[in-house]
This record gives sequence, structure tokens and C-alpha cells, in this order.
Amino acid sequence: MRMILRNKKGDESIRELRTKTLEGKEDGDKSLLIFDSPKDVQGSAFLSFTHKKGDDDQWLYLPALKRVKRISTRNQSGSFMGSEFAYEDFTSQEIEKYTYQWIRDEVYQEKECFVVERYPVNKKYSGYTRQVVWLDKEEYREWKIDYYDRKDKLLKTLMAEGYEKYLDKHWRAGKLKMVNHQNEKTSELLITNYAFQTGLTDEDFNQNSLKRAK
Amino acid sequence: MKTRIIATGFLGVVGLVTLAPAAVDKFSGYVEVEGRFFFRDPLYEGQRENNGSLALEPEYYHEWDNGSSFTFTPFARADTADTERTHFDIRELNYLHLGDGYEVRAGVSKVFWGVAEFVHLVDIINQTDLVEHLDEEQKLGQPMVQLSLPREWGVVDVFVLPWFRERTFPGGKGRLRTESEVDVDHARYESGAEEHHLDLAARYSHTIGDLDFGIYQFRGTGREPTLLPELDKHGKPVLIPYYEQICQTGLDVQLVTGQWLWKLEGLYRTGQEEDFFGGVGGFEYTFVGVCQSKLDVGLVGEYAYDTRCDDATTVFQNDAMAGLRLTPNDAASTEFLLGYMKDTQNSSSAMSLEASRRFGENWKLSLEIWGFFDTASEDPLAAIRQDDFIRVRLAYYF
Repeated sequence: MRMILRNKKGDESIRELRTKTLEGKEDGDKSLLIFDSPKDVQGSAFLSFTHKKGDDDQWLYLPALKRVKRISTRNQSGSFMGSEFAYEDFTSQEIEKYTYQWIRDEVYQEKECFVVERYPVNKKYSGYTRQVVWLDKEEYREWKIDYYDRKDKLLKTLMAEGYEKYLDKHWRAGKLKMVNHQNEKTSELLITNYAFQTGLTDEDFNQNSLKRAK
Repeated sequence: MKTRIIATGFLGVVGLVTLAPAAVDKFSGYVEVEGRFFFRDPLYEGQRENNGSLALEPEYYHEWDNGSSFTFTPFARADTADTERTHFDIRELNYLHLGDGYEVRAGVSKVFWGVAEFVHLVDIINQTDLVEHLDEEQKLGQPMVQLSLPREWGVVDVFVLPWFRERTFPGGKGRLRTESEVDVDHARYESGAEEHHLDLAARYSHTIGDLDFGIYQFRGTGREPTLLPELDKHGKPVLIPYYEQICQTGLDVQLVTGQWLWKLEGLYRTGQEEDFFGGVGGFEYTFVGVCQSKLDVGLVGEYAYDTRCDDATTVFQNDAMAGLRLTPNDAASTEFLLGYMKDTQNSSSAMSLEASRRFGENWKLSLEIWGFFDTASEDPLAAIRQDDFIRVRLAYYF
């Protein structure tokens, strides 16, 4: 996938990355992100194990030193590769990570939606007090998320586009755009080449696979 | 038991694999110009004042459909002042076979063990390429056969190391060296097999919840030579590197608790003049998103100890270290790291500032400043007390 960072003036910076995810059976998911560009970070990789309860585990591999660094849990609210996405936007999406409240029904972009608020269970490590999510009633796809910072001020808005259905059951967005209202920067994620049931196993998500990721 | 990939992960809306094509051919690397400027005159006769250099590290990578791969990474540097620093090395030239439940890597490769920021105590497989930089982070490629067995109960790695690499040292015209030059052409070995001694290592590592740890045993040629003061055939005092046969047990532990990262490295080595324990412990604490900005501020504290005290072959025999890391998380990936090292038994201290950022998509500028203060005569730092310097690097990545 491709991430385009834009600042206020419209200057662009591009990052290319790939990701693999393994759905957890009892616990959360495992995922591996591999960076292809900018070239100076090529070969860096990020491994995360999300847990339904408790802190997620995260490691970063730095190819120049062949070194695996553990990342402290608190980092999940930090910026992902200088973008307006936080690490926690990429991980930590287990149902158990939040408590939920229905707010209202609303039509969003001609679709009947539920508007739901969710509150992080681990308030200490999340950068948000709450998120407001627009879900369509038909397929439960997320179209828009408002993120409120620790002072409960509107921080960011995520908008999803280009949903397509895979394997006749998985809806996936082709474009995710995050707008930061406070610094007026945007980050756009363009996702191509979705592949499902590729035969990944736990062995594709350990420190060995992190180190040999290219 | 079949594993599926489904909708989860990123934002609950992404969850996916975006895969590269099955077989991969990649050519990448960097070319770099470097300048090192020293604030004070050289201390020793023959030393050039400053130096410039050009370095190149291309990498060719091929991956087959089954995940097995081939990597070739040569490295070369040409230096204007120090002929020892003008050098070529094969950092990697290996084939990785990905089997069912095992991996075998054969050829020249690089392996890093350790968790500490300022000291790399337990790292032992690869020899230090000391002419590159005094931080000992640059390593020479090591010929090896590595068998890796990832299991649910941890990872077992076995290393067979058939050929030893001698440490590089700055030459007579280079700065950041010992008073007497290290005579790398006349290195000596305890083993009659010299550099062909078969070295062995095995490591077990695992993650249990918030804890990562590794423990290893190494038997073979010590990477850190004892430097013997002698006279060369012209009657000039030199230091002869002497490589002993050692046994070393090492441990590295990392524990994460919220904003804290706790780190510990320890080793026990026998075979050199004196058996000893060495250890380094410390923490890293990160303030994420300071004042509602994207700035992360990290504080690092470490303490290193060596039971050999002043006889230690390392600078870090009884030292405290503190660091401040600033990461603004901007598009240019700007980073700052300020480091301070203080010997707790004598007056010596050292300070470093490292900063880097990207320009455009392919250029990276790095700046380092190093200073050495009040170096006590018995401290290894005394040899480089005049060598405060600034290092500027501009690299083009492709």
C-alpha cells in the first residue's frame, strides 16, 4: 500500500509499505508491516501482536544494525512513520479494546448509518478519549471516524472510500484519508492487491520473520 | 488447522495481506560522502588533522517463491587520510533456506544481540569494524552456517563459524587511535589454527508477555583482542592484537511496562588473562506526543560495569550514561540523540550529539559531534583526548 503525507502547503511525501495480517483465534491478531520506501528505511519492519486484554506487543526491526527493538506500549498513540495515523489506528482494533455506545442514526453519503461512540478500555495508553464511528446499517462498513484527543477536542477525521467485497464476504476500503484538524496535515492510504487465505501461519509472525522481512 | 486471513487489523476496515509478487529481485543501497573535522591538533606524530571519505554499500536481494532468499551486500570506503580506513568488506553474501519449521543461513552474514543503547556488550558473532566509527556499531561480515529453529517455546539458534575476522583499527595517519599504532599485520592467536579455528555458538531466545530474553553460549576466538605493547622490526612501539580462545555466556533481557523499557545485558567470559563478569543495565522512558504535538521525548539511563576494573579492555568498565532522544515524527524523519557518558571512578567523560533528517525522498543528512572531557590518564579515553570532532554525512539511498 501507499501512504501519501501532505502538509498545509500541499508538499507531499510518499511511503510504500506492505502488510500481512493473521487473524487470531483465541487472542488478537498478529501483523507484520514492511517498509519499501523512503529508501533509507527500506527493509525496516514492524511486528505487532494485539491482545484482547492487556497491552499489545510491538517490535521494530532496523536492518542497518540488524537489531530488533521492543516498543513501549505507550508508543501506540505515537505517530506512525511521521503520518497523521497513530500506531493504535493500525493495531488495537479488537472488539474488547473499547466500550461502545449508540448515539443516533444518520444518513451519511446517502447511506443509512449507525453513529456509535467507542471509548478505549486502556485510557492510559490511548491518545483518544473517544471515537465517533459512522457504520452503514447494511454491511457494517466504517465510513467515517472522528477522533477526540485527551482534552476531548476533535483531533482527526478518517474517511474511507472505494469499498470492495472479497471472497464474497470481506468488505475492504481502497482508500483511507486521515485529516488532522489541529495541524491541517493529511495522510492518505491507498491500498491495492488485497489477498486472502494466502496460507500464512504463526511462523510468519515471529522475530525470525521480522528479521528476514525484505 | 487451517489459518485464514480476514477482516481485522488496521482500523477494523483494512485487515489484509498486500503481497509482493512471488519472486522478488531487489537492488538497493546507498552511497555516502563523509567529512570528519577535528577541533584540536593531532596528539601523535603522523596523524592527519581531518579526513573525508566516500562509501558505497549496494545490496542485491533475490527471493524465491518458497521464501528462500539470496543476499549480497558488499561495502567499500575510500578515505583521504587513513589507509586502514580505506577498506572493502563483504557485509553479507548468503543463502537463506526456509524450511518447514527451520531456517538455514549459509555464507557471510550479520547477527546482532543486545538491548542497551550505548554499550553493545553481549553482541559477539560479528567482529567490530572499528575504523568505521568509535561507537562499535559497524560490523564486519562473518562467515557462518546458522540453523534457526523457531518453536512455540522460543527460538533456538546454532552457529558454526569457520573463519575468524580480525578487528580493524585506525592506521598511523588516522585520528581516534591509540598512541602506539595497532599492528594489524602481525596479529597473534592462542589457537594454532589461527583464524581457521572453528568457533561455535548457541542461543535460546523467547518472548513471554512483556519480557524478551536471550541466553547464549559462545566458544571460540575472542572478538576483543588483548593489545600487547611490543617493538616492531624498526624498533617502533606497536600494539600487537592477541586473540585468545574464550568461553562466554551471555544474557540479554528486555522488559516493557507502559512507558518504561527496562534493559539488562550480562556476560561471563573465561580464557583471557582474568575471568570476569560484565554487565550493563538501564531504562528508556518515552513521553509520547509531548504537549499535544507529535514530538516524542525519550530519556535513556544506563550503567555499565566490568569486574576487571581498569584492566578492562573496554571503555565502559564502570560508567554511567544518560541520553535524550527527540523524535518530532515529521515527514523528514528528523531525529536527535544527545548522549553523555561519565566514568564513575575517575574524571573522564564524553558527550555526543547525533542528528539526522531526510531531504526529498532519497537523501539523508547526518551530523554527529563528539567531545571528550577531563580524561584521566588511566582511562582508555585518554588516548583520544585531543580528538573532539564533528562528523557530517550525506547519503543517497537507492
